[in-house]
Amino acid sequence: MKALRPLGLLALLALAVLFPLLFPNPAVDTVAVLTVLFATAVTAWNTFSGYSGYISIGHAAFFGIGSYAVAILCQDWHVPGGYLPFLLLPLAGLIAVAFAIPMGWIALRTRKHTFVILTIAMFFIMQLMAFNLRSVTNGSRGMSLPIPVSWSGAFYDLPFYYVGLALLLVAVALSWWIRNSKYGLGLLAIRDDEDRARGLGVRTGAFKLTAFVLAAFFFGMVGGLHAYFVESIFPAFAFDPLIDLMVALMAFLGGLGTISGPLLGAVILVPAQQFFTIWFNKPGFYLMIYGAMFLAIILLLPQGIVPALRGRFTKAETLAGPVRSGDDGDVAAAVAWAGDVGDGERGGGA
Amino acid sequence: MSLLQTRAVSKAFGGVQALDGCTLGVERGSLTGLIGPNGSGKTTLFNVMTGYEAVDGCTVTFDGHEITNATPDRVFQLGIGRTFQLTRIFPRLTVLENMHVAAQREGWRSLFGRWSSSREHQRALELLDFVGLTRLQDVPAGNLSYGQKKLLEFAYVLVAEPDVILLDEPAGGVNPTMIHYLTDRIRELNQRGVTFLMVEHNMEFVMGLCDRVVVMNHGEIIAEGEPEAVRSDPKVLEAYLGA
Ligand SMILES: Nc1ncnc2c1ncn2[C@@H]1O[C@H](COP(=O)(O)OP(=O)(O)OP(=O)(O)O)[C@@H](O)[C@H]1O
Ligand SMILES: [Mg+2]
Repeated sequence: MKALRPLGLLALLALAVLFPLLFPNPAVDTVAVLTVLFATAVTAWNTFSGYSGYISIGHAAFFGIGSYAVAILCQDWHVPGGYLPFLLLPLAGLIAVAFAIPMGWIALRTRKHTFVILTIAMFFIMQLMAFNLRSVTNGSRGMSLPIPVSWSGAFYDLPFYYVGLALLLVAVALSWWIRNSKYGLGLLAIRDDEDRARGLGVRTGAFKLTAFVLAAFFFGMVGGLHAYFVESIFPAFAFDPLIDLMVALMAFLGGLGTISGPLLGAVILVPAQQFFTIWFNKPGFYLMIYGAMFLAIILLLPQGIVPALRGRFTKAETLAGPVRSGDDGDVAAAVAWAGDVGDGERGGGA
Repeated sequence: MSLLQTRAVSKAFGGVQALDGCTLGVERGSLTGLIGPNGSGKTTLFNVMTGYEAVDGCTVTFDGHEITNATPDRVFQLGIGRTFQLTRIFPRLTVLENMHVAAQREGWRSLFGRWSSSREHQRALELLDFVGLTRLQDVPAGNLSYGQKKLLEFAYVLVAEPDVILLDEPAGGVNPTMIHYLTDRIRELNQRGVTFLMVEHNMEFVMGLCDRVVVMNHGEIIAEGEPEAVRSDPKVLEAYLGA
């Protein structure tokens, strides 16, 4: 099993790289671009919310800030369509960071439900600003981005896809590395018992804030890329509360706090959304299905797909041994149970 | 001067005076017991000493540093470790991961390293062996038995090599064999120079282990001295009989 893992990862990577070449269909590739973008966002989100346990429903604000950052920079610097706007993405990320530092600093003073509510409130404040700071954002009339006129047909999606894939790989590598570092261990300790972690020398404030800001950096870049991809932005769509709900749903479906779970969630839910939109021929209809799915996940698969599957495997292996009879039984039962709770994934996989 | 010293510590929760002018010194290298009836303020005193509870108008010093109202992470970094009355381990982390959480005393650079390959790894394994939990190192800590959790908490506090360890009811709910085992471990560490301050209701444990005993009642220190002397102090008997 262990030896097969690098091979499996390599195969997945090859599939991801070759995908648009294997399916040179603009409709399919558009879904692929969105999938890669959401996968990046959910991976970054999970590195903060999944590891630290602070569920943010406000990171979509940084997606919006990134969208506007790229739109405004392109406009002010007269950036033509083509590859140049991609170079602005790190800058869009940094602008999101500039907002995230004070916002995180304030929001992270609170915990649990209060934190969730505060991130939602901050999100709507930013959306309101996009509507009302007309001199900067052009208000509800929105903004257009440069159009890469020389890209056409099936080629159009490719640059977006590969830039998105690059972001995704960076996000996954970072998430994996954090999970295996002492920093990541500190975040997981915060999730379990923040005060206790603090009492053991973990700099909880700095840990939480850096993770919050790091996620914002990726949301900023993803937002910028998305804005360029869709060519025009409006306050209600750049600052869309559904983005956060989607991201949270993906992470919960796949397995909060694991590395592969959120990716799996994105790969399932983004195409599903597109499919339902076409199927029902009504935008937004998929929301009903999503709502039902959210309920189903919370009730039936509270750990998410990946930890549940892992639990299956470990259970099958350990049930052979004695269960809960004396000392060794305790261990067997513990290991079996570990699969169910074990969102402490170490290996990770795309 | 005492290694850990509180002066005139008072703390009230609403109308309840949990601590009322507590002055307590813990000598370097000692095994000090802190006893008293339920609700006499022992845990609150621990909380004040370790930064979990804010106070004003009094001082707490440790090894020449003033640590009144210092944050828990700073107190820990200076070398005071503690355990909790209601054991606080990280239930979803494995036993070994729990051990590594406490090993945060090496500068910020260590943050970027893998926790499992650091120098502290060896130390973590040694300590797990010391408390007899080696076999369970990959089990989520939430699955341990009550006594095992106490041992784990004790072990991970040791990872950071604190100079003083405050134990809040280390023997509560632990079976006699385990208590015996724990006593030996504490003695062994004390011989290596670790100072202990422990709250415990098990009198046999306290009287057998400690070289000095402090008695609290209603937030005040009513007696202190050698175990034998304290045991026969009429004020102590009175406090315990609730007169
Ligand atoms: N956070 C708090 N809020 C309100 N009251 C508190 C708080 N912490 C402690 N108290 C009160 O302070 C008093 C002392 O409590 P403390 O926990 O220090 O007692 P203790 O000596 O540790 O008792 P025990 O032996 O039962 O553990 C009690 O009356 C308790 O109700
Ligand atoms: Mg107590």
